[in-house]
Amino acid sequence: MTLQHIDRPITIRASRSETGLGRDFLHLGGRAALRFLSRYGVLVGFLVLWQVASSVGWVNAAVLPPIDMIVAALWKGLAGGSLLGDIAISLQRAGIAFAAAVAVAIPLGLFMGQVRSVETALDPILQVFRQTSALALYPVFILLLGLGETSKVFVIFWATLFPLLLNTTSGVKEVDPKLLEMARVYGASRLTVFRRVVLPGAVPSIFVGLRLSATTALLLLIASEMIGANKGIGFQVMNAQYNFQIPLMFAAIVILAGLGLIANQALVALQRRLCRWSKPVN
Amino acid sequence: MTGTNRGGEVSIRDLSKSFSLGGRQLAVLRTLNLEIRSGECLVIVGASGSGKTTLLRILAGLETADSGGVAIDGQPVHGVGAERAVIFQEPRLLPWLSVLGNVAFGLEVRGVPKQEAEERARFYIALVGLSEFADAFPSQLSGGMAQRVGIARALTVQPEILLLDEPLGALDAMTKIGMQEELARIWSEENVTMVMVTHDLEEAIYLADRVLILPKEKGGAARLIDIDLPRPRERSESRFVRYREELLREFGLH
Repeated sequence: MTLQHIDRPITIRASRSETGLGRDFLHLGGRAALRFLSRYGVLVGFLVLWQVASSVGWVNAAVLPPIDMIVAALWKGLAGGSLLGDIAISLQRAGIAFAAAVAVAIPLGLFMGQVRSVETALDPILQVFRQTSALALYPVFILLLGLGETSKVFVIFWATLFPLLLNTTSGVKEVDPKLLEMARVYGASRLTVFRRVVLPGAVPSIFVGLRLSATTALLLLIASEMIGANKGIGFQVMNAQYNFQIPLMFAAIVILAGLGLIANQALVALQRRLCRWSKPVN
Repeated sequence: MTGTNRGGEVSIRDLSKSFSLGGRQLAVLRTLNLEIRSGECLVIVGASGSGKTTLLRILAGLETADSGGVAIDGQPVHGVGAERAVIFQEPRLLPWLSVLGNVAFGLEVRGVPKQEAEERARFYIALVGLSEFADAFPSQLSGGMAQRVGIARALTVQPEILLLDEPLGALDAMTKIGMQEELARIWSEENVTMVMVTHDLEEAIYLADRVLILPKEKGGAARLIDIDLPRPRERSESRFVRYREELLREFGLH
């Protein structure tokens, strides 16, 4: 009797899941499609609208060429190699500036966050520097450093320095004093408190700074390459416009957007690895 | 429970402490004298503003007295010390460390090699019943579990004196009762002097050998009440209830 009782529900359940299998897959696929649409629907719609508007003639195709022409120009530039040199030199400029900003801002920010008197002394001048547009200072840097690579790298460095410095400083200052007291109760030295509590606690805030700085680096890269450069993605955007190679201009813009996305994603991935305990804010 | 030869004797002499609040001097502790016996469980109660947390923080070495002082096993206290551990009202866990990492933290900070520290940490994680969660992160724990991690961290450094600042104050009523039982068990197993601040009178009677009642008004005297009940204690027992009434009377509430 018991056997029968056990048997029956099992058969019913098995047959139910068999017939439902196909439907489940369909359901699952539908859900994935829905999720894709809810996330990328507007972007896809924008691209489709662009393509249609340009090819049908709602907008001037000479100014806003259809997507397929832009993709073709992009493919030619990348596969043909004519844009690769520009990408390399741009990455070099932004990379050196970003690395220098990291090397200066993080140690200085950690120091400023720890030592109140240093922060008090440096804060006013840093606020003045920060509020002065780096682009406005670019002519000054050109006068001081010449029109070559140095002034370009320096203006990017200058602009990337502040977001990182301020976020590092505030990250250190905002570490929970209750955690610091806890560490002190266990007899931790100042160095140990810094290494085991302050530094890991500041990491999420440092990453906010890193991502802001990466965005700023690309922004300033393009601006600096529009003046007195003969290579680089920013130069290509300007140059293509002068020569009315509009698809190529858009191709260069697409590369820029791609670099920005890649830099951001790389930093998000790094943050995920370094601190699984705190989710990066997107 | 007393009479161990482990140490953990606390002697408080003429202890006074006041704060300035809006230009006014506010005395919270006035020439307090008290001997805490080795291995005893002393629970401090008092209305808010009576200085109970201040007293505990002075014992911990986190604050200094205006006059008078504290000696532990005859040695005057200056700052924090390895023979004391503190359990705060909040668990105060490092969010980037696992349960194991957090419990081992106190030892590692004192220079115990990581492997040895973690080995000892595992013992105390088991003692508070969290072995399955050794690799979990604080964000994954409930309030009661997180507080038990904090307790395990304090026990891992094997202090002579355990100072608890309203350790169960933030927990819900059910969890709280379970944790009180757990604290009573840990105290009897670990042979440690326990000084605990609470605002929960039942908790005080459940755990204490003696209850210290701090006065709120100027000129009032601190009072000590012996809780002479067998352990484990029964909350519904008539003598337990009588102690409760006695404490309530002290606060003018009965």
